[in-house]
Amino acid sequence: MDFVLNFPFFSIMICMLAALSTFMLGRRAAAVVAKLALLITLVLSVILTVYLHGTGESFVYMMGHFPAPWGNEIRAGELEGVMAIFTCVIALLSLIAGKYSIRTEIDDTKQNLYYLITCLMEASLLALIYTNDIFTGYVFIEINTIAGCGLIMIRNTGRSIAAAIRYMVVSLVGSGLFLIGTTLLYSITGHLLMQNINESVAALAADGSYSVTLTIITALMTVGLAIKSGLFPFHLWIPDAYAISVTPSSAMLSGMVSKGYIFLLIKLIYRVIGFDVYSSTGVFDLIFIAGIIAMIMGSVAAIRSGYLRRMTAYSSVSQIGYIFMGIGIANSAGAVAAIFHIITHGLTKSLLFIAASSFTGRKEDIRVSDLKGLGHKYPVSAATFTAAALSIIGFPLFAGFIAKMLLANASFDCGWRMYAAIGAIAVSTILNVVYFFKCIINLYAFGGFEEEKKDTEGSTAEETADESVKATACVDNEDRPTKYENALHGICAAVLAIINLYIGLAPGLLSDIITKGLNVF
Amino acid sequence: MFEQIYNHFNDIVAAILFVIGFSNLLFQKNLIKKIIGLNIMDVAIYLLLASQGYISGRLAPILTDGSENATTYINPIPSGLVLTGIVVSVSVTALMLSMTIRLYRKYRTLDLDEILVKVRKEKEDKGEG
Repeated sequence: MDFVLNFPFFSIMICMLAALSTFMLGRRAAAVVAKLALLITLVLSVILTVYLHGTGESFVYMMGHFPAPWGNEIRAGELEGVMAIFTCVIALLSLIAGKYSIRTEIDDTKQNLYYLITCLMEASLLALIYTNDIFTGYVFIEINTIAGCGLIMIRNTGRSIAAAIRYMVVSLVGSGLFLIGTTLLYSITGHLLMQNINESVAALAADGSYSVTLTIITALMTVGLAIKSGLFPFHLWIPDAYAISVTPSSAMLSGMVSKGYIFLLIKLIYRVIGFDVYSSTGVFDLIFIAGIIAMIMGSVAAIRSGYLRRMTAYSSVSQIGYIFMGIGIANSAGAVAAIFHIITHGLTKSLLFIAASSFTGRKEDIRVSDLKGLGHKYPVSAATFTAAALSIIGFPLFAGFIAKMLLANASFDCGWRMYAAIGAIAVSTILNVVYFFKCIINLYAFGGFEEEKKDTEGSTAEETADESVKATACVDNEDRPTKYENALHGICAAVLAIINLYIGLAPGLLSDIITKGLNVF
Repeated sequence: MFEQIYNHFNDIVAAILFVIGFSNLLFQKNLIKKIIGLNIMDVAIYLLLASQGYISGRLAPILTDGSENATTYINPIPSGLVLTGIVVSVSVTALMLSMTIRLYRKYRTLDLDEILVKVRKEKEDKGEG
């Protein structure tokens, strides 16, 4: 056995061990350990993906000493490798770019715990990506939920805890449904490994026995995962959770946390229940319609919100809708488009939150109209924000355009789904243009700069009192980003924008890997 | 019909408990009652899971001086899963309770609706989204 095949296991364990060790370290050491662990994981994932791209096959890795029907397994192919790279990149860049945000907005003694949560989050996501056992999937879903809750409430204000508790309640309903689905699936198949369940389910479906039970199981597990990833009727926790938490949290939550569940759903469709059985239950229609409604409603809510980060959070609701619509098209091209969009949206949305952090400063959120002229003050952030916004809109040159095109292409020859999908993409794109162009135009507008300066620096009550006092207070270096932090922030944003542009200009490699990966899934 | 109910007694009780827990988790305003609902829901799932592995008339799968023949024992895997599930449920409950304590200290109420109203007020006072 090649040594490379150990890498999925290693990357999960490295993140876990880093999480454990940050508990005992000071904040600076914890930051170094966490970033180092993420970097090592990234390198391992890249090597693994290159190797698997060469062989073009996926492999099963036995955990412990018990063979297939009893033991626990990890399974990895190109697709899993790409997803692992994607989560590592987002986690690493969010942490580096959010250095200032972490330093100023989190209590000094709690900062090492933030790195603990991040490593735990990454470990649980990697486990969700690699696992071949449905119950292990459930356990890591819960770890992911707890880590996500930590990411939301780390600011430790009343609002963030209230947002976290709402997130927990909704998430726990979702995981309850997933667990009961798993239990029923175990009771009719007698297996927990995905491969064995798939064989049993195929045999049951051929018999025609337990068809009602299978439909219920599929619906329960799908709805459970949809609730956790924030699909339309269950999206109410998203805006608070994303808009209130600190910048790296928002970037990670929107970029990769909700995507882990969607990846598990794709696994459920292709590897556990099996595509044919899944489509015979009619759950695809449910996902498709919910996705379409989410695309429109998310954008409408974003237009109505009027606040920068809250708007971006609502935009996530609509983009999750795109992904679910892609899955709901119910063919492999749709799934490829959905996975492609998972990656592009993750890169884009985390970039939006990272770039928005320099406009909001230390405030939780600002009005879109208050952005006036800020583009001249923060040129790098404004440029990357514009790039990300254009990518979300689906402007050619950017990755978002390719994702939308793949989604539209996948829906051809699918009857009523084609009209619904293309219509919804068109309407949603126009709505996206409405709210993102408002931001971009405000960013590059002249005038209003002076007022804005007042608003961003300190509370409104103090400002009117004395300008000069405030001006001296602002020089206080503790509260302002250092040059080093600014540079790191700019570099991370630029890297994300360049990756986005690269995928937009040369989408062949990524879509090729996803297509081939899905074939050997 | 009564025989059916008798045969599936555990499953039926689990289903009823699940619905009770689920609706309490979703619709109770009081945070403590929500958490109790969560626990009832989890217990219902564990009951269902444990009863899948139980085979009437067989023993717990512990080798002491009994036979080594597998047919004398029940299926141990669901019991293992229940244990794992209990650990998960305990940690989630602890997290929820700790957040409830924090919210209670800050807003002096356990009613989630009231808390959200106060949070919104706080937001408007600050003039932030």
